[in-house]
Amino acid sequence: MEPNVLEIRNLKVSFFSDEGETRAVNDVCLSVPRGRIMALVGESGCGKSVTSYSILRLIQKPGRIVGGEILFHGRDGRSVDIAALTEKDQQLYDIRGDRIAMIFQEPMTALSPVHTIGNQLCEVLYLHRKLSRAEAEKQVIAMLGRVGIPAPERRFRQYPFELSGGMRQRVVIAMAMLSEPELLIADEPTTALDVTIQAQVLALMKELQHDAGNSVLLITHDLAVVAQTADLVAVMYLGRIVERGSVRQIVKNPLHPYTRGLFQSLPGMHPRSEKLPSIRGSVPSLLDIPAGCPFHPRCDFAQAGLCDCGAPPPETVLPDGRSCCCFRAAEMVARFGGQEEKK
Amino acid sequence: MSGTVPGFLSPDAPRPLLAVRDLCKFFPVYRSGLIHRRIGEVRAVNRVSFDLYPHETLGLVGESGCGKSTTVRTILRALDFTSGEAWFDPAGNGEYVELGGLSAKRLKPLRQSMQMIFQDPFASLNPRMTVGQIIAEPLHIHRLASGSELDDRVDEMLLRVGMKPEHKSRYPHAFSGGQRQRIGIARALIMNPALVVADEAVSALDVSVQAQVINLLDELKQTMGLSYIFVAHDLCVVRHICDRVAVMYAGRIVELAPTEELFENPVHPYTRLLLASAPVPDPDCQVVPPPPGEVADAGALPPGCAFGPRCSECGGACREAAPDLREVSPGHWVACVCR
Repeated sequence: MEPNVLEIRNLKVSFFSDEGETRAVNDVCLSVPRGRIMALVGESGCGKSVTSYSILRLIQKPGRIVGGEILFHGRDGRSVDIAALTEKDQQLYDIRGDRIAMIFQEPMTALSPVHTIGNQLCEVLYLHRKLSRAEAEKQVIAMLGRVGIPAPERRFRQYPFELSGGMRQRVVIAMAMLSEPELLIADEPTTALDVTIQAQVLALMKELQHDAGNSVLLITHDLAVVAQTADLVAVMYLGRIVERGSVRQIVKNPLHPYTRGLFQSLPGMHPRSEKLPSIRGSVPSLLDIPAGCPFHPRCDFAQAGLCDCGAPPPETVLPDGRSCCCFRAAEMVARFGGQEEKK
Repeated sequence: MSGTVPGFLSPDAPRPLLAVRDLCKFFPVYRSGLIHRRIGEVRAVNRVSFDLYPHETLGLVGESGCGKSTTVRTILRALDFTSGEAWFDPAGNGEYVELGGLSAKRLKPLRQSMQMIFQDPFASLNPRMTVGQIIAEPLHIHRLASGSELDDRVDEMLLRVGMKPEHKSRYPHAFSGGQRQRIGIARALIMNPALVVADEAVSALDVSVQAQVINLLDELKQTMGLSYIFVAHDLCVVRHICDRVAVMYAGRIVELAPTEELFENPVHPYTRLLLASAPVPDPDCQVVPPPPGEVADAGALPPGCAFGPRCSECGGACREAAPDLREVSPGHWVACVCR
């Protein structure tokens, strides 16, 4: 087992409003091993982005981390609990944007429209490396070249509006990679991009990750992107992780009824004449999370008296190393365990 | 203007519901500053031709900026034609009407037969109107029903899209994305249209809800005898729902074929690139990253084939003139010099 670069233990993040406490992230445990790509998957509102934002302490009021630990194990051998740091702690400034960097979803809003590309990128090196202007410029231009931007010297002096969406996303990736972070958080890095550009950007991310040997936490809702990119997968539903394992285990043979439903409802794998299998109902509001297993109202395997009352199901670790939060995990294994998902 | 359509793409085929011929939509570009001189144009839609048959779903795919949305918006006359024709036969009796040349007054009754479902279920519903008002609005505008008849039709439509009549008095904010999209569908279908344009109708939805809405669209097509133009960028969705697919690049249709033929046997180099770039939900089947390159700028197109600069097979003939659609096998049309 590789050592973990990040360990999240029992993380709880809530948003407080007049309507009450919204538990966006509820008791999430997650480890990112060094040198691997971990994908956090789920539908909108499941808490995947809030989890990633809390790692960099970017949760804003009325939201707050109400419990748990976020342990960052650096290459220098020291561990920091990011969740316990105060907002103004110097350690937080050292980690944020330097040892843990983030690629944001919208390349339009992640860049400042009134600064040149060069200025925005150099800032990382001024802040964290204390480089001179000339040295920073050299490194930035080299990085822009590495992420596949043609004529980086010219782009260096341009503003974001002069670049296409794909180019802007490359700039955002370059910005995150400049400090050679130990952990890169990519929050829906390709959602705003077209497929041909998406394929280029994903290939680039994998290549950079492979060369630098860093770890990536990939946040996405796109199951196909996960299958193509990640080594490990965790599936979230209503603020909880419901299933986790290697990409092959999760994609080829999902066990949790929610994960199974997600993969089965993907179009394109069924004959055209067939009705598309779908998960019934819709995701409930976080203010009104069902008792027992949060998925039970939509689950085809839910059992009255077992799944619909009491505390949410505990994590069951299976012999093959993956884990599944389901009251009927043993039955799901017996039913679907050995079988490879048909392609 | 009405009459028969000149020059069908395939003369033996059944009469199309809609026949689009050489449709162009150019947007002028002006120089900024005091003197607004016209300095160029963006060729958003450039000589697009296709037929849509009754009870058919035609997919229109391509990357952002390829002109797929502009094409359908122009056909529906949300935008005016620059040139070209769109012959529409709403009653299916061979009395074609040319949409591009109609005055607003003559167009209005025809609008009942052509409706649109929009992409964003959060932006396309007026937050100050109740669901009942939203769905009834088309009936009010065309003065087709009032009083209890109107109420009955709204109730019936709500049931058809899988919602309940008591939802009528609520406002859009009370519903989830999938339910809102159902409301948008109800609003489009209450007119009993012949042609429905779905512009990225399921793109904004989550996977589990997306499947429900795709099933609903398919079911309504069967029961109400609809024809769809389905604009989308998600190739898996298109493969599931469409009978035929047209691939657009830089304002032109580059390939048009029956769905399975297009996915199994793509001919145009751009279609091949597009299909090869789409990620597959299978870790054992890795996508080969495509060569670097970006979608052509419709405001500054290269001479000849717009895909030429990204194409590995581009030769001298490609740079001379933009190729027209040619039938390479029955029903399979490709615009490429090399094929």
